[in-house]
Amino acid sequence: MSAAQVASLSPEAVTIEERSPFQIVMRRFQRHRLAMISLVIMLAMFTITLLAPYIAPFKIQELSVNKYFVPWGTVDAETGRVHHMGTDHIGRDYFSRLIYAGRISLTVAILSVLISETIGIVVGAISGFFGGWIDTILMRFVEFMLTIPQLPLLLIISSMLLRNEELIAIPEPVLKVMGDILLLSPRDSRNAVLIVLVLAGFGWLSAAQLMRGTVLSLREQTFVEASRSLGASNFRIIIRDMIPNAMAPIIVDASLGLAGYIVGEAALAFLGFGITDPVPTWGNMLAASQQFMLDRPWLPLVPGLPIFLCSLAFNYIGDGLRDALDPRLKL
Amino acid sequence: MPMNPPNEKYDLVVVKDLVKYFPIRAGVLLRVKAHVQAVDKISFSVKEGETLGMVGESGCGKTTVGRAILRLIEPTSGSVFINGEDIVQMRAQSLKQARRNMQMIFQDPYASLNPRLPIGESVMEGLHIHGIGHPKERWDIAINMLRKVGLEDYHARRYPHEFSGGQRQRIGIARALALQPKFIVCDEPVSALDVSIQSQVLNILKDLQAEFGLTYLFIAHNMSVVEHISDRVAVMYLGKMVELAEREELFRNPLHPYTKALMSAIPIPDPTVKRERIILKGDVPSPLNPPKGCRFHPRCPVAIDICSQEEPEFKELAPGHFVACWVAERNS
Repeated sequence: MSAAQVASLSPEAVTIEERSPFQIVMRRFQRHRLAMISLVIMLAMFTITLLAPYIAPFKIQELSVNKYFVPWGTVDAETGRVHHMGTDHIGRDYFSRLIYAGRISLTVAILSVLISETIGIVVGAISGFFGGWIDTILMRFVEFMLTIPQLPLLLIISSMLLRNEELIAIPEPVLKVMGDILLLSPRDSRNAVLIVLVLAGFGWLSAAQLMRGTVLSLREQTFVEASRSLGASNFRIIIRDMIPNAMAPIIVDASLGLAGYIVGEAALAFLGFGITDPVPTWGNMLAASQQFMLDRPWLPLVPGLPIFLCSLAFNYIGDGLRDALDPRLKL
Repeated sequence: MPMNPPNEKYDLVVVKDLVKYFPIRAGVLLRVKAHVQAVDKISFSVKEGETLGMVGESGCGKTTVGRAILRLIEPTSGSVFINGEDIVQMRAQSLKQARRNMQMIFQDPYASLNPRLPIGESVMEGLHIHGIGHPKERWDIAINMLRKVGLEDYHARRYPHEFSGGQRQRIGIARALALQPKFIVCDEPVSALDVSIQSQVLNILKDLQAEFGLTYLFIAHNMSVVEHISDRVAVMYLGKMVELAEREELFRNPLHPYTKALMSAIPIPDPTVKRERIILKGDVPSPLNPPKGCRFHPRCPVAIDICSQEEPEFKELAPGHFVACWVAERNS
C-alpha cells in the first residue's frame, strides 16, 4: 500500500463498529437456527400462559356437570363458550386447564432455576475463590449430596413436606405473591412453593460445582491479580471480575436446567408427590389421564406435548447459548 | 509522607533479605514435601526516579521478586520498605493505602484486562476502589490517562477484545498510572509484543517516567531492552542476585561469569565483528534443590574449589558495583 493510500484512509473510515460482548453473543446466537426457533416457541408459550385469564374460556376448577369427555370443539349450550379440547373425566375444560397448568409448570421451573443458580453462584464462588478448608467442606458436602439417588429422595422429602403443613412455615406474603402469580389461592400455592424449594434444594449442587470450576480458573488470571494490586477487596474481585466472567457456563446451565425442572416437576406430579389435583400442572394432568388413555389416547398427548416441546426447546436454546458464549471463540 | 531529601536521590524502595519459598505438597494428606526456592535472600534498593533493570533467564525468580515486593504473593521472610514503610508487615487496611503508591504492569496484555469491562472502566477501577473523586471526575482522569498513552477518547467505551496487544499494554499502563503511584513494577511489559511495538511502549514508559517522576523496577530477559531503559541493572540467577551495577559499568565491565555469558549472547548487528562467545553448558539446576555453595558453580567456566563449598557474599567490589562471586572477589 502506498503512502498516499494510507493517508486517504481517515480514522473514522477504519474504526470498526463498536460492539459490546452482549451484542456479539446475540449476533452469534441468531445464527443458530434451531435455537432461534426454540426461542420463538418458548416466547409464544410464555405469552399464552401469561395471558391465561384472557385466553382460557373456562376457569381452572370450573366443572360442567354431566359433561365428561366431551369431544373437541363442543359448545357450551348455556354460555356459548367452546371446549376447544373437550373436557376431562370430571367435566373440566381441558384446554383452559392446560394453559393454567403451563403457567404453574413454567413458573415453578423458572423460580427453581433462579434460586438454584443463585445459591450455586454464591456457594461456588466462595468455594473456588477462598479454597482451603472452606472449599473442602463445601465441595465434599456437594459431592455427598450428589451421590444420593435424586428421585427417591425428592419423593420422600416432597411427600413429607406436602403432608405436614407445620414442618416448614412459609411466610404468608410469599404465599400471597405466589398465589397472585399462579392465579391460585395462597393455600393452593403452598404446594408450588414447596416444590420450588425441593427442586432448587437439589438443583444448586451442580451449579455450585460448575461455578467453582470456573472461578478456580479465573482466579489465576492476570486481571484478577491486577485488581488485587489496585487494592480491590475479595468481595469486589468476586463481584466485578469473577461473576461476570463466569456467567457464560451458568447461563447455559440455567437454560438446560429449565428443561430439567419442567420434566422434574412433571415427574413428581405424575407420581403423585408434587402439586396435586385440583391444581393443574402438566405432570398431574398426564397422571390423571393415564387411566383413560387406552380409550382416549389424546388425553395424555395434550399435556405431554408441551412438556416435550419445552424440554426440547430449552435444550436447543442451551446449545445455542453454549455456542454463542464459547470462550474459545474470540470475543 | 516523609519529605524527600533535597538534591539527593534517596532510596524509594529498599528490599532486605527477601525470601520466597513455594511449598510442594504431595501425598494424600498434602504434606509439604519440599520447597521451590524461588527467591533466596535478595537485597537491593531502587532510588527515586530511576529505572532498575532486572534480568535473568526464565524461572530465575525475577517475576516472583516483583510480585513479592507488591505483596501480590506473601513473601516467606524479609522486608520491603517503600517510602520507609515495611510493606511485608502491613495489615489489610494500610496495605490498601500503600497500594496507591505502587503499581504493576503485567507481562501478558491479553490476560491482564477484564474482558467484561470497557477499558475506561478498567482504568477507573483503582480510583473507585480508593474512593477518589466522584464518577465524572474519575471518568475524566481515565480519559486523560488514555490520552497520555496515545489512545483516543472514544476508545474508553470499547472492550479489550477490540484492541491489539500493543494497545492493550498501553491500557495496562494507563490503569497503573491512574492512581498516580510513585513506584511501578514492570513485569516484562514488552516481551509479549512485536519488536516494532516494543520500542513504542518503551518510549511511552520513558516519557511517563519523565513527566510523573516515576520509579521503575523493570523486569526483563532481553538485554538490549534493559540496556535501553535502565539506569542500573541487576542480574539474577536461580533465585539469587549475582550482580548489580550502573548500566554502563555493567555492560562495559561485567564481573560475574554469568553476566559475562549473558553479555556475549547479545547479538551485534555487524557481521564483521567477531567476539568470543561464552556458551554455558547444561541446564539451570532445579530450584527445588539448588547446588551447594555458589548456585552457578556447576555451569561456571572459571569455578574454583571454594565455589562448590561456600556461598559467595553479595559484595560491593567497586563503587556501586555489587557482585556475588568468589573469583571476582579474588581478582579485585
